[in-house]
Amino acid sequence: MALIREFELRAIRERRNGLIPGFIHACVGQEATAVGACTALRPDDVITSTHRGHGHLIAKGGDPRYMMAELAARGVGYCGGKGGSLHMADFNLGILGANGIVAGGIPMAVGAALAFQMRNEQRIALAFFGDGAVNEGAFHEAANLAGLWKLPVIFFCENNLYGEGTPQHRQAPLRDLAQRAASYGFPGVIIDGNDVMAVYEATTQAAERARAGEGPTFIEGKTYRYRGHYEGDPMVYRSQEELAAWKARDPIRRWRERLLASGDAQASELEIIDKEVQEQLDEAVAFAKASPPPPLEAALAGVYGHDHDGRIF
Amino acid sequence: MSRIITFSQAIREAMVEEMRRNPDVFLMGEDVGLFGGVFGVSAGMFDEFGPERVRDTPISETAIVGAGLGAALMGMRPIVEIMFADFVTVAMDQVVNQVAKARYMSGGKADAPLTIRLANGAPGAAASQHSQSPEAWFMNIPGLKIAIPATPRDAKGLLKTAIRGVDPVLFFEHKGLYNTLGEVPDEDYAIPFGQATYHCHGSAATVIALGGVLPTVMNAAAHLADAGIEIEVVDPRTLVPLDIETLVQSVKKTHRAVIVHEAHRRGGPGAEIAALLAEQALPYLDAPILRVATANVPIPYNPDLEHAILPDANDVISAVTNLISYRL
Ligand SMILES: Cc1ncc(C[n+]2csc(CCOP(=O)(O)OP(=O)(O)O)c2C)c(N)n1
Ligand SMILES: [Mg+2]
Repeated sequence: MALIREFELRAIRERRNGLIPGFIHACVGQEATAVGACTALRPDDVITSTHRGHGHLIAKGGDPRYMMAELAARGVGYCGGKGGSLHMADFNLGILGANGIVAGGIPMAVGAALAFQMRNEQRIALAFFGDGAVNEGAFHEAANLAGLWKLPVIFFCENNLYGEGTPQHRQAPLRDLAQRAASYGFPGVIIDGNDVMAVYEATTQAAERARAGEGPTFIEGKTYRYRGHYEGDPMVYRSQEELAAWKARDPIRRWRERLLASGDAQASELEIIDKEVQEQLDEAVAFAKASPPPPLEAALAGVYGHDHDGRIF
Repeated sequence: MSRIITFSQAIREAMVEEMRRNPDVFLMGEDVGLFGGVFGVSAGMFDEFGPERVRDTPISETAIVGAGLGAALMGMRPIVEIMFADFVTVAMDQVVNQVAKARYMSGGKADAPLTIRLANGAPGAAASQHSQSPEAWFMNIPGLKIAIPATPRDAKGLLKTAIRGVDPVLFFEHKGLYNTLGEVPDEDYAIPFGQATYHCHGSAATVIALGGVLPTVMNAAAHLADAGIEIEVVDPRTLVPLDIETLVQSVKKTHRAVIVHEAHRRGGPGAEIAALLAEQALPYLDAPILRVATANVPIPYNPDLEHAILPDANDVISAVTNLISYRL
């Protein structure tokens, strides 16, 4: 969680410094959903992510160096500098990609789950998406298909109360979005998305259910983003009081306090982690800066596969 | 050795043979299973392969295409059917933003061997939402390959290439062709994309025929031949990649070009082909490049009106004769 938060803050800084040319949708404040959910997965399980996806990638094992290099549009970045924040993917880690289209990745997760089911593999897929995505047709079609075929997939909704500048209650006539699951024949679970342990437990249960062939689960983690929708968002749509109230439930601080109270960690250990995080990010930024941009020819490559020998058409 | 089979049978044979060869290949779509497909293309496949590999889906084009992509990214080789090509609009985000770009956005890493079969064309009195030929929409989307076969032989060979490939393919099957007959080799074969084929040779004009219009064009060719005019009918077979070299070669010989397709004329595949010919063969042309295509109106229900706006043999004949009599 600390790595995710600091990664975002570092990326925001480096964007201001000019290292990162594109958009960033930071997930500061939402670290517990990413970490709790991905920790409950196995390495060969897969996820699909969103425009606010840096946390999901890191939680699924993404390397901050290649992420930072991708944000900096470098050739060694996860997508060779051609995807950026919205399209970062690492198929070896089961990260099928962030997505620039709201709800766009959900059918893909369902298809991955279909492949696992057809091949009798014990793997599962998890689709992350926001509260805004449950009003897209893609979500409904995919959820129906997954419910119908009892596919091993988890629908993980990070309800941060806003889709861009419009509050969730003005986008759907529901208080809890997990209610949507009922119409597709699978359970909808509502959890405190700022409690990493609650997220972990709910996802673990959903994963067991999926692996046992019992089908999908919809998990709604209630959470909040501290930053704007994008960096530079004037945030006229919400109050300082609301933000402060959510900061009082900060997922990282709560987890720290819990670790210390239970004696599972010493303050000194947490300090070491914080230091290591900074070192890792120093290295990631240095790595990105030292990496060359992709050669211009790269713009024309990678549209089609190997069977075309680089012929452009 | 060869056999005579229908276009529809040829497509089925390609799917069946590939499914027997490779357990990763499967078919899914609306009514493709028990029902055998609304045009009967997958008839009998459900019996051979069962409901797992010949999957009936809900009426959810976005989920069908999107799930096809997800399965393809996990190493499967799905064939998904869009019942009428018109319905691909419901899955447009998946086709355009997800399927087409999966490889490029990931820096070239993602293989997405997904074959999307779409029944296009005006079958007669099906009206505006069940008759379109939308292939040109997708020519403007890098990352997709587009096949538009016109004969059983080409349909079978191109579909095998699509299924065996590593990239997403839109495979357009004209409804009017399903019952047409043609020879196919008995042995296993695949036809590479980007290779045009000649249906007849001549020197009066090059007539480029796309998909469902081939029988119309061959009919016109026979009439013209009776009048002593020998045209060259060339079928690119795939729009992306497009074998422009062969088209240019033919135009160098005939000095005249007509492009015939059932897609609407404005912004149709012919517009791109005409532009390429102008860029690469203008000095060889003795007359303007002409297009014979569907008028720029939605397809009407009334059969006489429908007939009036679709390209027919007379349109092709007059285009060719106009070119021949053209004087600079
Ligand atoms: C199909 C589509 N419509 C609109 C947008 C513009 N857009 C980007 S993010 C976003 C809000 C999404 O809200 P939510 O799903 O709640 O995710 P959050 O940003 O809150 O994490 C919108 C409308 C888009 N990217 N894709
Ligand atoms: Mg939101």
